[in-house]
Amino acid sequence: MGYTIHYNGKDYDCGDTETVLDALLRHGESVPYSCKAGVCHSCLMQALKGQPTEASQAGLKETLKQRNFFLPCSCVPQVDMTVALAGEAELHHVSAEVIDKTPLNAHIMRVRLRPEGEFSYHAGQFVNFFRDESVVRSYSLASVPALEDFLELHVQRLPGGQLSPWIHDQLAVGDKVMLSEALGDCFYTRRDPAQPLLFIGTGSGLAPLYGIVRDALQQGHRGPIYLYHGTRSREEIYLVDELRELAAAHDNVHYQPCLSREEAAGFAHGRANEIALERHPDLKGWRAYLCGNPNMVEASKKKIFLAGAALGDIFADAFVHS
Amino acid sequence: MSQSLYEQIGGEAAVNAAVDIFYRKVLSDERINGFFEGVDMDKQAAKQKAFLTMAFGGPHNYTGKDMREGHAHLVARGLDDSHFDAVMENLAATLKELKVPDQLIAEAAAIAESTRNDVLGR
Ligand SMILES: Cc1cc2nc3c(=O)[nH]c(=O)nc-3n(C[C@H](O)[C@H](O)[C@H](O)COP(=O)(O)OP(=O)(O)OC[C@H]3O[C@@H](n4cnc5c(N)ncnc54)[C@H](O)[C@@H]3O)c2cc1C
Ligand code: HEM
Ligand code: FES
Repeated sequence: MGYTIHYNGKDYDCGDTETVLDALLRHGESVPYSCKAGVCHSCLMQALKGQPTEASQAGLKETLKQRNFFLPCSCVPQVDMTVALAGEAELHHVSAEVIDKTPLNAHIMRVRLRPEGEFSYHAGQFVNFFRDESVVRSYSLASVPALEDFLELHVQRLPGGQLSPWIHDQLAVGDKVMLSEALGDCFYTRRDPAQPLLFIGTGSGLAPLYGIVRDALQQGHRGPIYLYHGTRSREEIYLVDELRELAAAHDNVHYQPCLSREEAAGFAHGRANEIALERHPDLKGWRAYLCGNPNMVEASKKKIFLAGAALGDIFADAFVHS
Repeated sequence: MSQSLYEQIGGEAAVNAAVDIFYRKVLSDERINGFFEGVDMDKQAAKQKAFLTMAFGGPHNYTGKDMREGHAHLVARGLDDSHFDAVMENLAATLKELKVPDQLIAEAAAIAESTRNDVLGR
């Protein structure tokens, strides 16, 4: 009948199919988490007693695994466990100052931050952004380290959400916020500068792609770059002028904004992922980057793989939420 | 000492090369792709790798009981000999595409075949 989780001096029961995180939350503990899907790593804990499951350590750095760190959102315990929150030494939190807030449209706020001290990252990775100890959400990095000395986020307002409306309405220039180190492996690596690249993003899924495309160009990528960005309506799409300019300035960059529920001159009508796959039915030898809506990302991953791209050439960040 | 089948086929590098080809065949095969719906692709690819390592006679920790339990939910959904045969076909076709000699393909097929009753829960 499940196992016992010892946390913070107390013993909690954990149901048969319950995760360590769900058990702690059910018992009223306030611990940080966001995606509940093993993606964001904001829930990182250490097992002081009891071996964490393999699934809860997948994707963690080897050094963390060896010290029994694990993701409680992905751990249905197989033994009794004594667990503790990860400390600063593992989390590498940094303080950053908000230096600019500019709306990119009615729904998306561009936030620029200057980290205090060293901050290394690749365009397209994400950071966990803390409102306080327990409210934390992931946002992707649209900036490029070699081009910009600030971090840039594109935050879409989710009405009723805990963090995104707060970023839109409360956060002010000059404020200090806490960020995690940069995480995730959706970024550009210069293996073959002539390889064709396909980018598909929906909504604020453009944020990482905007970073990765510019990073690839900055690193001298010569192969064709196709960027498909989709939203429902014109009112939701953003950075259209900037991306048209980028495409005009680089012969190898092709940009196609797509609207699924509206017809307008200069925009393709339909879903970005479907339009992209219609236009590029054979993706053997291509590399693909997919970001945004989790359903779009999962469905497209499979179609892109079946269209010939190697698994190792498909990079994705699904903006999953709990 | 003679080389094991796993070494002769090319070890982990061969498994990695085979995963992409084999998984693409399985997902495209109308006879069996229904069993692979709705499973996270990266996790699924890791499992294909486990399958291929096993078929190549490589190092693994699976027992017959694991195979039985691991496929029980699929048997409940109708997994039978015809699906097993389809997987065997895809395995052989994958190895052919990788230009593995016929003799080694036959050995790998025999290993996979030996799990039939466990996989089908008999
Ligand atoms: C790796 C990663 C990268 C991300 N990058 C970005 C980014 O660059 N820009 C960005 O704007 N967001 C990004 N997100 C999403 C972001 O982390 C938050 O999920 C989002 O901002 C909502 O948080 P919230 O606190 O406002 O809403 P919450 O309080 O988390 O949600 C409120 C309610 O809405 C539901 N919900 C949450 N998200 C959605 C959604 N998208 N659609 C429908 N319902 C939803 C929740 O289930 C909940 O019931 C990313 C997520 C991940 C995992
Ligand atoms: C030919 C003999 C077979 C062998 C040796 C084999 C081996 C394996 C192995 C090692 C795993 C991974 C288990 C784990 O780590 O969780 C697995 C999972 C799986 N197998 Fe097989 N398999 C065989 C036949 C089949 C067949 C015929 C089908 C269906 C057509 C099938 C469908 C699956 C599925 C869907 C999973 C994932 C289960 C899940 O995660 O839900 N397998 N198999
Ligand atoms: S990884 Fe556990 S909540 Fe995101």
